[in-house]
Amino acid sequence: MSPFALEPLGDSALLIRLGDGIDTATNRSALALAEMLRAAALPGICDIAPAYASVCVHYDIAAFANATGAGSPHQLAAQRVGEIAARFLEAKVTATDALIAEMSMLEIPVCYGGEFGPDLGDVATHAGVDQRAVIHSHTNGDYRVAMLGFMPGFPYLLGLDESLHTPRRASPRTRVPAGSVAIGGAQTGIYPRELPGGWQLIGRTPLVLFDPERGQPALLQPGQRVRFRAIDASEFAAFTQ
Amino acid sequence: MSIRVLSPGWLTSIQESGRIGHAAIGVGRAGAMDDVALRLANALVGNAENAAALEITLRGPRLRFDSDALIALTGAVIEARCAAGEIPPWRPVWIQAGSEVDLGGMGRGARSYLAIAGGIDIAQVLGSRSTDINAALGPFSGRGLVAGDELEIRRTADERPSPSWTALGARPTGDRAGHDGIVAAHWSLDPQPWFDARGDQPVALARGSHFENLGAASRRALFGGEFRVGNESNRVGYRLEGSKLRLEAPLELISEGVVPGTMQLPPNGNPIVLMAEAPTTGGYPRIGMVATVDLPRLAQRRPGDHVRFVETSLAEAQTRYLQRERALAALIHTITERLKR
Repeated sequence: MSPFALEPLGDSALLIRLGDGIDTATNRSALALAEMLRAAALPGICDIAPAYASVCVHYDIAAFANATGAGSPHQLAAQRVGEIAARFLEAKVTATDALIAEMSMLEIPVCYGGEFGPDLGDVATHAGVDQRAVIHSHTNGDYRVAMLGFMPGFPYLLGLDESLHTPRRASPRTRVPAGSVAIGGAQTGIYPRELPGGWQLIGRTPLVLFDPERGQPALLQPGQRVRFRAIDASEFAAFTQ
Repeated sequence: MSIRVLSPGWLTSIQESGRIGHAAIGVGRAGAMDDVALRLANALVGNAENAAALEITLRGPRLRFDSDALIALTGAVIEARCAAGEIPPWRPVWIQAGSEVDLGGMGRGARSYLAIAGGIDIAQVLGSRSTDINAALGPFSGRGLVAGDELEIRRTADERPSPSWTALGARPTGDRAGHDGIVAAHWSLDPQPWFDARGDQPVALARGSHFENLGAASRRALFGGEFRVGNESNRVGYRLEGSKLRLEAPLELISEGVVPGTMQLPPNGNPIVLMAEAPTTGGYPRIGMVATVDLPRLAQRRPGDHVRFVETSLAEAQTRYLQRERALAALIHTITERLKR
């Protein structure tokens, strides 16, 4: 097991880096480490967020201020967080397996192509296949939420078939509709609300990705498994009624 | 009691200390850009430090108060008047029911804070009353105020005792009639330690994770040069224009956590300092990190203003932060005692 890197992210956060690429194994470690840190409930830690290959830990500077003057708040926070990360890496395999086993699968209905996915044709052309083959490939994939970021509830998914990797659009759209399922290079995600964006839009889901009034505001949580199911326009309309 | 927004000004939003604990689902902190000014405004009217107040950007709103209210203005000194006369800043001021408060421009600085005794009473969204305009989250679905909005004010009685007239150095009956609608405390705070009135103090910056990837000239320019606050700057980030900064070689980075104060370098060479509405993740090189203690100072620069960065260490940034917090706590304690008299 390669050692982790712990670096300051400003004067009130730490970044624990477990790798520098987008791959499933590293991401699983980041998700599991974030879970372990959350369970440790260290006093003075105010937020914990996993990303592709790292975990961001926010802390309260004052909570780690040492009255004796031995060690800066950063050093103290890094020491406490580092101890947990080191323990995690020793016991990593079991912890990760337990976490992965517990994660539920969510099926996301998507209406592909047409006005719902105006770039489906371009993605097909880029892949050298027809649109039906893109839909088939996309709905056959087994995805996992690697992280949320950019906007509340925006999931970055792992598991996109390599044949569907498509460069971003040359000129970004000023308005991408909420629910748009999009591809940007090797990444794929779903727009939680109307936003500007440069990713290729292949379809749209009628599900609401983010609603702050719900008990669980984000539809998708880090680590959650996802599959896509193709629906037609009338089914899409039925969902939104 | 309530306040009616007659006109919103340039951008006025409800803010408190921010939304904490939801970064894992992509929800950032938001909250006041100059949180020191917010906390002092609240202290001056007897509120808890993190009560919801108004953050006013560049040009103020016009507001009608339907009841007597105790208010305070901090941050950038803003033109403020009602029919009865000028409303002085950085002190508690009673205004009479029916008053229309007209807030105008700011000589220097970019943000003023208006606190009202009791605090703005509006539903929390994910544990906070802060408006996240970029994420469309919080009060009024995450938008700035518009004409016609009604702001409910919490009654002071159920939280803290309302400051007495004598605490303001005024007798309620006589002075109230005599001043025709305004009673200002005879004492005020010195804004000097808390507000960079000349706008020329340097901003402390520590080296970021990718500082060493900058070319030698860019490393020198970051700490030696002067930057201009770009017109596109907002609550999400300050876009800085100066010498274009370049990496020695391009970096292939994946998205990682970012926080308010993170200085990113996009390919165009103009650094961006993420501010209160920073997203939770970003993929640009992080060349610097503004000391948390200096974020209010930077937040008070307006487009066109200049910024110089002075290098700091992480330890020094945290020491200064803790010193400031001690000084602020002592001052807030003094204000609280004064209001009890």
